[in-house]
Amino acid sequence: MKRVLIVGATSAMAEACARHWAGPDSRFFLVARNGVHLGQIADDLAARGAVAESYVMDANIIDDHAAMLDAAQKMLGAIDIVLIAHGTLADQQACQKSVAQTLAEINTNGVSTVALLTLIANVMERQGRGSIVVISSVAGDRGRPSNYVYGAAKAMVSAFCDGMRARLFKVGVHLVTVKPGFVDTPMTAGLNLPKLLTASTAQVARDIDSAIARKKEVLYTAWYWRWIMLIIKMIPAPIFKKLSL
Amino acid sequence: MKGKEILPWGNYPYHPQRAHAVDWRDEIASRLAQVADQCGSTLPFGAGRSYGDSCLAASDNLLALRGLKRIIAADWASGVLRAEAGITLEEILQVAVPRGWFLPVTPGTKYATLGGAIANDVHGKNHHRRGTFGAHISRFGLLRSDRGLLECSAHENADLFTATIGGLGLTGIVVWVEFSLLPIRSSRIASTSMRFNNLDEFFALSNEYDHEREYTVAWIDCLARGKALGRGIYTVGEHAADGILASAAKKKITVPVMPPFSLVNGPSLKAFNILYYRRQPATPVNALVDYDSFFYPLDGILQWNRIYGPRGFQQYQCVVPETDARAVVRALLEIIGRSNSGSFLAVLKRCGAQRSPGLLSFPLAGVSLALDFPQRDAGNAKLFEQMDRIIRDANGRLYPAKDAHMSGADFRRFYPNWQQVDALRDPSLLSRFWQRVTQV
Repeated sequence: MKRVLIVGATSAMAEACARHWAGPDSRFFLVARNGVHLGQIADDLAARGAVAESYVMDANIIDDHAAMLDAAQKMLGAIDIVLIAHGTLADQQACQKSVAQTLAEINTNGVSTVALLTLIANVMERQGRGSIVVISSVAGDRGRPSNYVYGAAKAMVSAFCDGMRARLFKVGVHLVTVKPGFVDTPMTAGLNLPKLLTASTAQVARDIDSAIARKKEVLYTAWYWRWIMLIIKMIPAPIFKKLSL
Repeated sequence: MKGKEILPWGNYPYHPQRAHAVDWRDEIASRLAQVADQCGSTLPFGAGRSYGDSCLAASDNLLALRGLKRIIAADWASGVLRAEAGITLEEILQVAVPRGWFLPVTPGTKYATLGGAIANDVHGKNHHRRGTFGAHISRFGLLRSDRGLLECSAHENADLFTATIGGLGLTGIVVWVEFSLLPIRSSRIASTSMRFNNLDEFFALSNEYDHEREYTVAWIDCLARGKALGRGIYTVGEHAADGILASAAKKKITVPVMPPFSLVNGPSLKAFNILYYRRQPATPVNALVDYDSFFYPLDGILQWNRIYGPRGFQQYQCVVPETDARAVVRALLEIIGRSNSGSFLAVLKRCGAQRSPGLLSFPLAGVSLALDFPQRDAGNAKLFEQMDRIIRDANGRLYPAKDAHMSGADFRRFYPNWQQVDALRDPSLLSRFWQRVTQV
């Protein structure tokens, strides 16, 4: 039996994960802003034998988190996997011109996740088992001129997860930070991504599944992003500032 | 580094396409309107498995629907599936096979989408028994830029139902499809392959086995000449009566890069065809194989189209009526043999008399022959011209899904219903193929 809570369930990566886990012995509690799209995903999972319930919530409305989590526990009982996958790809240029937009991106991609995890960690801690999967990003490994607003939010998420992982490990709860590189999703549809470095969502889902099974701490997906980011992190700052990465 | 260009499967003709992606059913209408408004017209695009320009938009701006891959409803007791049009046949098999269901009809690749299966009214190794894919569709949702979302079946919007099956994606955006699956008790195929020494032996085998076997197909050595003309391997198969039900999860290999020139040339062709023929023992071989290797041998090599190099290739697929089939296939093979071109996998298949509901459906009762030719501009044009003449004289036809050369006059002769489809064409949709064969 797999009981899964997904926040940001309409994201392409989350949908691929849900499809990967769907089967006659799985239950899903799906959370996202768009109820119509949630319903379409729930139908797909139901056809694959799963039981799925939709819950409409905007992760940026922090006050709604607690009620959502209550409903999720009611539906799922114990929770085996929590997947936090909501987010937006910030328009860096627009953010540079607008404080409001910058903070909105930081809230969506960073603050709301921190808020959610704070509540979820306590539930999982009481439970003393299960896995938390948090979608962060390679962008959080080092701020780059092309998307440092998004990167800063994800850096917050990654650092928060590092600490929380060490806390929850002691009570038997596993937390994996997922750092996808380029992934072929609607979020990146406008970008001209290099085909060789772009993973499919199905590939990401398989990687996440095996990271849970092997209790991996940080997952780079596809795997080579660990090495790409290692190089990017090692570039000395005096040189890094001259690059336009 | 540049993103991958969108080209047809044959990498020919070279008209790179721009994709405008849609991932949700409720967003198609606005996206369609937006792209059509911006670019004049567009064309629904799935997995890009059509070989020639039938999957290229006249405006070079596609509506990419691969993200629409959800199942909407599945009745696993009766085997009726309703799914979004961007789902691939592989994704359907992954869910259906473990539950004891298979595609009623499958083409030679599982990477095509459901929408593509309708648009080209695909057929497979069981055409002689079950006709085309279109014969198994009960209804579908069609989004038109001028009329909104319509449900189409044999009884409702019947004109659009028949125009859309085999309609090359021109009658509207197929949003979802409902069709019937085929019950199976094993995911394996009990197959028998038999070597035949010439064309007459093929027809003898086909006459003997086709009526009693679910799947039949033949590979032929397209370079063999003289007495050995039309030699090859005839393969029949049935879904095994019992055994495990497991979806295929075999490791695939990929052709990693495109070589600077075609690896398919005179010497490599000759060597392959001789070896492939000789590898098959003279006596029949029975085997129990998984469905993947029986139906989709080429899918095991991802991006196999790259072996033809940057100039690409054309597939030539024709079907000729039963009456003169033997003489026509012989004449075609003679011409191909003399040209010293041709392919590793030349496929010969007896098609049945089942009529498809589709107005532009390709198969007819007779024999279908399919081969790949590396793109050589002058050489192919000359060869195809000779072959086309034979097809015309035999009242056969060519397959738009594979085509990049058919003349407009030939198309209109092969498909006399084309005007009915053209009249029902969505004003926002136009392909390079349709423009080429109807407007020139």
